[in-house]
Amino acid sequence: MEPQPNALKVLNGLSVALFLAALGMVFIYAPLEETMNYVQKIFYFHISTAWVGMLGFLAAAITGILYLVTHDQKWDILESAAVEISLIFFLVAILAGSIWARPVWNTWWTWDPRLTTAAILEMIYLAYLLLRQGIEDPDRRARFGAVYTLVGSLSVPITFLSIRLFRTIHPAVIGTASASSQGGFNMTPPMVATMLFSLLTFSVIFTTLFWHRARLGRLAQLVDERQLEAQS
Amino acid sequence: MAEAHPFDQARPATSYLKAIGAIVWKDLTAEWRSRELLSAMLVFALLVILVFNFALELDIETRRTVTSGVLWVTFAFAGTIGLNRSLAIEKDRDCLDGLLLAPVDRSAIYFGKALSNLAFMLLVEAIVLPIYSLLYDTNLFNLGLIGTILLGSIGYIAVGTLLASMAVQARTRDILLPILLFPVVIPVLVAAVKASSGFLQGSPASAITPWINLLVAYDIIFIAVAFMVFDFVVEE
Repeated sequence: MEPQPNALKVLNGLSVALFLAALGMVFIYAPLEETMNYVQKIFYFHISTAWVGMLGFLAAAITGILYLVTHDQKWDILESAAVEISLIFFLVAILAGSIWARPVWNTWWTWDPRLTTAAILEMIYLAYLLLRQGIEDPDRRARFGAVYTLVGSLSVPITFLSIRLFRTIHPAVIGTASASSQGGFNMTPPMVATMLFSLLTFSVIFTTLFWHRARLGRLAQLVDERQLEAQS
Repeated sequence: MAEAHPFDQARPATSYLKAIGAIVWKDLTAEWRSRELLSAMLVFALLVILVFNFALELDIETRRTVTSGVLWVTFAFAGTIGLNRSLAIEKDRDCLDGLLLAPVDRSAIYFGKALSNLAFMLLVEAIVLPIYSLLYDTNLFNLGLIGTILLGSIGYIAVGTLLASMAVQARTRDILLPILLFPVVIPVLVAAVKASSGFLQGSPASAITPWINLLVAYDIIFIAVAFMVFDFVVEE
């Protein structure tokens, strides 16, 4: 087996170091929020994991289109890697959001546009994995995966819009002057710094995981090819 | 050998429409002779309504608010049965390969299948609506509602035909279609239910228009997408 490239090893170390630093910032540096107390601290990682989920979603949509255009297996490996990472991080974001919502909104779940869209996105990703599982021919599996990613990535924004036509209670923490939604709050500079640092940390973690998963995909493909060679 | 082979000449646009027409005609004729797809969809749709009757106790008060939801769940469920069957027939005896050999653009096959699927779905809806009206003494003959049903069915079938063509080629084909289809047609179902209940309750036009716009946008986007990617779905 080929060793990990040096840049990947650096990223491994960097991910761990940044994650520990982010934990430190969240619990020690960032001040306690007045009304929500400790519960508010989950917000930093909730935003960050949701951000990684979005990155994965975008990566899957783009690599899917690139596969359909080029028919290069490389893009298929990247696409399935992006979907898997996005699936996990959205799940973490939903769970973290639920834990936050329980004391703040007094419920684990509401049918708010963002929550519902995230849940539907998870369903699309699970369906994607089931679809891939049901097809043996790698070429067909790649084509169907790319087509389904394309359909999914177009329908998700429309889903969000359609549910947005209902009223929302999810706080828009960023980009609004008044925190009018339930559970919104104004961030102090240390809080903003902590949030940005968490976003950076999770972006690095995303890059590291993405690289690892893509590498794994390529190695699995190599194994398949060797097996075919050995049989023939 | 003075004449060029007919396939070498540029094909006129009418042959594209003729190819679509031929596929629709083939499906309708086959269905007219066997009647298995329509009867299965219809019986299933009626059973779903029966189940809802007991599950929700559709008394006058409940009916006022849930009729459009009940109708759309029924259409969606019956729709997957029809889509699965319609594409499985093509796959079973390699009829799809035969269709693919025909010297026409592949998207013509998609449009042909989508149109016949749409015809089956509209037929089922045309039978279910009066039966529902009769059973629950609700007047469903409302032009707005019928337009909404048409728009919603077009979106549902546009995506459904594309995904069903993929599902029937997978090992797990019988269970795959609803799992693939439902999460991506949620906007159609949300908008169609909202617009339908708007029309049934006589809401003002300003409350209904956004949903109709959403349906039209969805229909256009996904017909275009299916037109572009259908080649990848049937490629061998």
